[in-house]
Amino acid sequence: MERLIEVRDLRKYFSSGIFRRVYVKAVDGVSFEIGKGETFGLVGESGCGKTTVGRCLLHLIEPTSGEIRFKGEDILRFNGERLRVLRRKMQIIFQDADGSLNPRMRVFDLLVEPLRVHGLLNGRGTEEALRLLELVNLTPDLLIRFPHELSGGQRQRIGIARAMALSPEFIVADEPAASLDLSVQAQMLELMKRLQEEFGISYLLISHNLRMVKLMADWVAVMYLGKFVEVGKVGEIFTHPAHPYTQALLSAVPSLNPGGRRSIILRGEPPSPVNPPPGCRFHPRCPHAQDTCRECEPELEETGGAHLVACHLIEKAP
Amino acid sequence: MEMDLLRIGNLHVNFPTKAGLVRASDGVSLEIKQGESLCLVGESGCGKTIVALSIMRLLPENAEVGGEIVFKGKNLLSLDKEEMRRIRGREIGMIFEHPWTCLNPVFTVGDQIAEAVRVHEKCSRKEAREKAIELMEMVGIPSPHRRYGQYPHEFSGGMQQRAMIAMALALCPSLLIADEPTTALDVTVQAQIVELLRDLISGLRTSLFLITHDLGVAAALCRKAAVMYAGEVVEYGGLEDVFGEPRHPYTRLLLQALSDDGFHPIKGTVPELTHLPPGCRFHPRCPYAMEICRRERPEMKNGVRCWLWKG
Repeated sequence: MERLIEVRDLRKYFSSGIFRRVYVKAVDGVSFEIGKGETFGLVGESGCGKTTVGRCLLHLIEPTSGEIRFKGEDILRFNGERLRVLRRKMQIIFQDADGSLNPRMRVFDLLVEPLRVHGLLNGRGTEEALRLLELVNLTPDLLIRFPHELSGGQRQRIGIARAMALSPEFIVADEPAASLDLSVQAQMLELMKRLQEEFGISYLLISHNLRMVKLMADWVAVMYLGKFVEVGKVGEIFTHPAHPYTQALLSAVPSLNPGGRRSIILRGEPPSPVNPPPGCRFHPRCPHAQDTCRECEPELEETGGAHLVACHLIEKAP
Repeated sequence: MEMDLLRIGNLHVNFPTKAGLVRASDGVSLEIKQGESLCLVGESGCGKTIVALSIMRLLPENAEVGGEIVFKGKNLLSLDKEEMRRIRGREIGMIFEHPWTCLNPVFTVGDQIAEAVRVHEKCSRKEAREKAIELMEMVGIPSPHRRYGQYPHEFSGGMQQRAMIAMALALCPSLLIADEPTTALDVTVQAQIVELLRDLISGLRTSLFLITHDLGVAAALCRKAAVMYAGEVVEYGGLEDVFGEPRHPYTRLLLQALSDDGFHPIKGTVPELTHLPPGCRFHPRCPYAMEICRRERPEMKNGVRCWLWKG
């Protein structure tokens, strides 16, 4: 599989405070790769740093350290014109289509805006707008509407069409269906999957919805307080979750079967990333925590078959 | 035969707007027995919350309400304001989706729980404080003595929801209405709140009326289920029957939409409540629609509102 994105030891610290500087370690050393035409799912609870990873990948915010390669080139060195050209290849779909579409622009302008910004319009506006509408299964009569006249699902389709306008190779989808209804969520995911098959796009799918990630992704990383605790193939992670946090997260998804399995109830809530606990970051909530977990931080290590886990209690591959 | 604690009969709620009449609830009938739990599931805009607000008589002034809501033998819709206020809180408690919008930011959480106690019960400040601390302990807020004096912004979302539950259950109401109680919370915290609600309602013998779009949460908490679509209940019965062997095409498609074996989206979108299709409201999206579905509105029969099941 051809590698499209490579991330090495990415870190992003936000600083705050006037008299005493405090650092929020939003992303604290993550590494992964995304192959061409693949979907890499990133799951975790709110505040774990998922969205920050996505923004760093698009170079929308400057990482504190680390390396991001797109087709082998270190994009963090790019600036000016090279960055603009690169951005055509990398797009984002936001969670909140209401907030990301300008309420004073009509659908037509919204759709051709990316082309206009990159100077690729060449008088083909109508043609392009119609092509994009068809791509996301919307009808041409919407072209003269404003965002508030559309339903949530239609707005999210416009968001996807805008992301597709420049024929990108990589899209960060940040909770693409979280604000939509169940029946419409499935429509959106099917659309994203179809576009992937048609154009060979790679996705970074950021979500807290495990059911959705299971259906969409090829690889999954589970993130907790700025670090990956488990990475692996989707089938492997969902059938044999190794890290206690992954196990709890999977069991917490309520089952439709009323007498179904009992969830592992975690005590407490995710601690603040300003002051992460020493040792394993998960130990205060972990049902199996031992003394070593309180003292030293586990590294992400291979347990066999490209399955990485950061936990002292897991046997390592020989 | 247990008595119905709450019986909603043919509830109609209309809102006259410039765009036309919005039929938010169109002939909804439901019953909840003492100690029983019922969930009302459906997508956003189908009228779930309107049903809950009608029970509490918290609808906006311009709402036109018809039908009856009988709670312990009294029709809530004909009570005057003072009588209704005595029922709210004491007899029926309610929790909402966003606890942070329900807590007053300038009072401590403990004082707000104590206030709920004092409004309905004659007791001294000291007794109310002790009762509040007891309640905070019951809903699993750690170190309640210290947390009593903290403000809502010092509480996380999950802890705020616990505080809301403490307030709603302060007087052991016989019915608790929970409108999307876990939607705004993280999965692991959601599991904690579901567990807490389950233990509390069985411990206090409180009936639960749960409103949610999360079918999993519904399955974890309720024994009976009603599925709502575009202002009407389309399927109603025991939860295991409704989720296990759904009969209405909408229920079936909703359950399959994001199942483990892939996505099966439902075509089209929910109709606008001002422009409802004639006949069965689901027919434009229904793969089994027949001629009669386009013309005549089906009645609720044996727990399902569908022409395919008229026998």
